[in-house]
Amino acid sequence: METKAQPLGGPLFTRGYYVLLGLAVVGIALILWRFAVGLGAATGLSDGYPLGLWIALDVVTGTALACGGYAVAFVVYIFNKGQYHPLVRPAVLTSALGYTIGGASVIIDIGRPWNVWKVPIQFWHWNLNSSLLEVALCIMAYVVVLWIELSPALLENAKKPILVKIRNFLNKALIWIIALGMLLPTMHQSSLGSLMMLAGPKLHPLWLTGWLPLLFLMTCLAMGYSIVVFESVFSATAFHRKPETPMLINLQKVAVWLGLAFVVVRFIDLTANGNIRYATKLDLFGTMFWIETVLWILPLLMMLANPHPNLGSLFRQAIVIAFAGALYRFDTYLVAFQPGPGWHYFPTVPEMFISIGLISLELAGYVAIVKRFPILGGLGEKA
Amino acid sequence: MSTDRRGFFKNIAAAATLTAIPTAALAREKHKAPADAVGLLYDATKCIGCKACVVKCKEVNNLPADTDGYGGGLYDAPNSLNGTTKNVIQLYKNAGEESFVKKQCMHCIDPACVGACMLGALQKSKFGVVAYDPDKCVGCRYCQAVCPFNVPQFQWTKIAPRIVKCELCKDRLAEGEEPGCTEVCPRKAVIFGSYADLLDEAHKRLRENPGKYVPKVYGEHELGGTQVLYLSHIEFEKLGFRFSQQRSVPDLQQTVSHGIYKGFAGPVALYALLGAVMFRNRKKNPEEEKES
Repeated sequence: METKAQPLGGPLFTRGYYVLLGLAVVGIALILWRFAVGLGAATGLSDGYPLGLWIALDVVTGTALACGGYAVAFVVYIFNKGQYHPLVRPAVLTSALGYTIGGASVIIDIGRPWNVWKVPIQFWHWNLNSSLLEVALCIMAYVVVLWIELSPALLENAKKPILVKIRNFLNKALIWIIALGMLLPTMHQSSLGSLMMLAGPKLHPLWLTGWLPLLFLMTCLAMGYSIVVFESVFSATAFHRKPETPMLINLQKVAVWLGLAFVVVRFIDLTANGNIRYATKLDLFGTMFWIETVLWILPLLMMLANPHPNLGSLFRQAIVIAFAGALYRFDTYLVAFQPGPGWHYFPTVPEMFISIGLISLELAGYVAIVKRFPILGGLGEKA
Repeated sequence: MSTDRRGFFKNIAAAATLTAIPTAALAREKHKAPADAVGLLYDATKCIGCKACVVKCKEVNNLPADTDGYGGGLYDAPNSLNGTTKNVIQLYKNAGEESFVKKQCMHCIDPACVGACMLGALQKSKFGVVAYDPDKCVGCRYCQAVCPFNVPQFQWTKIAPRIVKCELCKDRLAEGEEPGCTEVCPRKAVIFGSYADLLDEAHKRLRENPGKYVPKVYGEHELGGTQVLYLSHIEFEKLGFRFSQQRSVPDLQQTVSHGIYKGFAGPVALYALLGAVMFRNRKKNPEEEKES
């Protein structure tokens, strides 16, 4: 099972890469423009819908899709399944990139970013009731933790004595960093759910519950495992490497069962508090609720129908879970959020292209790093 | 895989208990108005919609005119709270019923915005006023998302935007004066006073004028209580008060979050547990030590 990770090598600047860079440049130009003209001119946001695409997609959904590192760490380090180790580095890389982009989106989204340094520093002003404070601090810390987790890979082939020293030190200290890398997402991913509890009556009753933290935690784990499967199949196909099929089958099973557990918790809660009655109305909310539910259950049916899935089937299951989680989170922040009559939100074109630009930057970063640093295993073996 | 999965769920369950304390958590105590609380009492039956209060509010708070609405840019005529308007008079008119209604911050006893704000840029300050300090504000707009009255407004057109909301003319209060809006109201439709006095006055009007009003003081119990109180002859929902729940907005989130994070013991214990398990695992497989 030991397949040493290697840099992929090969030319970086392919035609596809130029497309990614082009989109990233457009996004960055629009970001500069957004700071020049202000949020009102650049976005579709309003006093009714103060949180929009950047928060709901890039932060709330994007960081959950970046939970691969968190999810795989549980398998490898807590359940001690060392054979899954080849999946760690690519997962941590996508997590580091995803969270970095999420953090960048927050800076672009907030109106007074020059005050952000005060959040981690001025602890005497901390409002300990604020879930957002916890999310902000945890995400800031976690971005740092992820890059430290990744640094042994980045430093693996380093020759400079100082870098070698840093590498050796990191290898010793790493378990405490990795433990932090599991604690922090547990905290802030559940707190992303707590955040919307405070929207209270403005949040539709099918989404408003005291169990939001648990539901958010379950979704980020299911999405994390699925994204690892997705990424592994994708890089196997794109970069002609041997996929870790048996392990991927197991991880996907965990994701699928987590999805079922999510649905069970949600239905028990909605039945207990009586809000399940809103699901019988097929208005926008009832419809979205059922689409979410079907998306969570569908991979289970796919899995039961096909106990020995091939890569394509795994890939499809992973995509459905990722969509289910993304939709649930997107709904919680935007669709189920009802500021009252007269308010509408739809992102502007620049708003969308800033998100697209940031995602392109993330993908470009991924490709560059796997080509230059030892992230992926199974290279040169039969694909 | 089956043992794997079982083990996995066992551990997830352990992690979940950390998150799952919500229902078991101690009930959070209901907030009471501070002893020095002041507020407003607005009586919709007295208001004639002259908007003197709107003009005075702009003058006192140095707010620019909002000429977007009517008259081809000639008049300062805001039609709702916005980045230049902390106080507004709106008209409800439907099926023979009509009423003016004044909108400004309700100065909740247990405000959602204050619970949301990371560095306490919004805070319950002297007299129970919900006050704003831009130095502590990062412009995240979470306060706007959580306010059940949609009160905090954002300066969308500015490069260095702030939150705009009624602070009950706190500088005038500090000088012993009353807020601008109550000072100029020609019909005393909105009056200023101590919270306790205003509540008594509201109930006195209800008692002495049976049938005149919807028989309740909006804000006495709604959303945990507000320091701005309303009397009306038309259902409050029609005037734009969407919610009548008595539970304050922060009560759910803070009950759950305090349950999870009480004394920060949960996160510390989880960290120690994760570290210990990994440490033990590494001892079991020393050959993996070299790997990251």
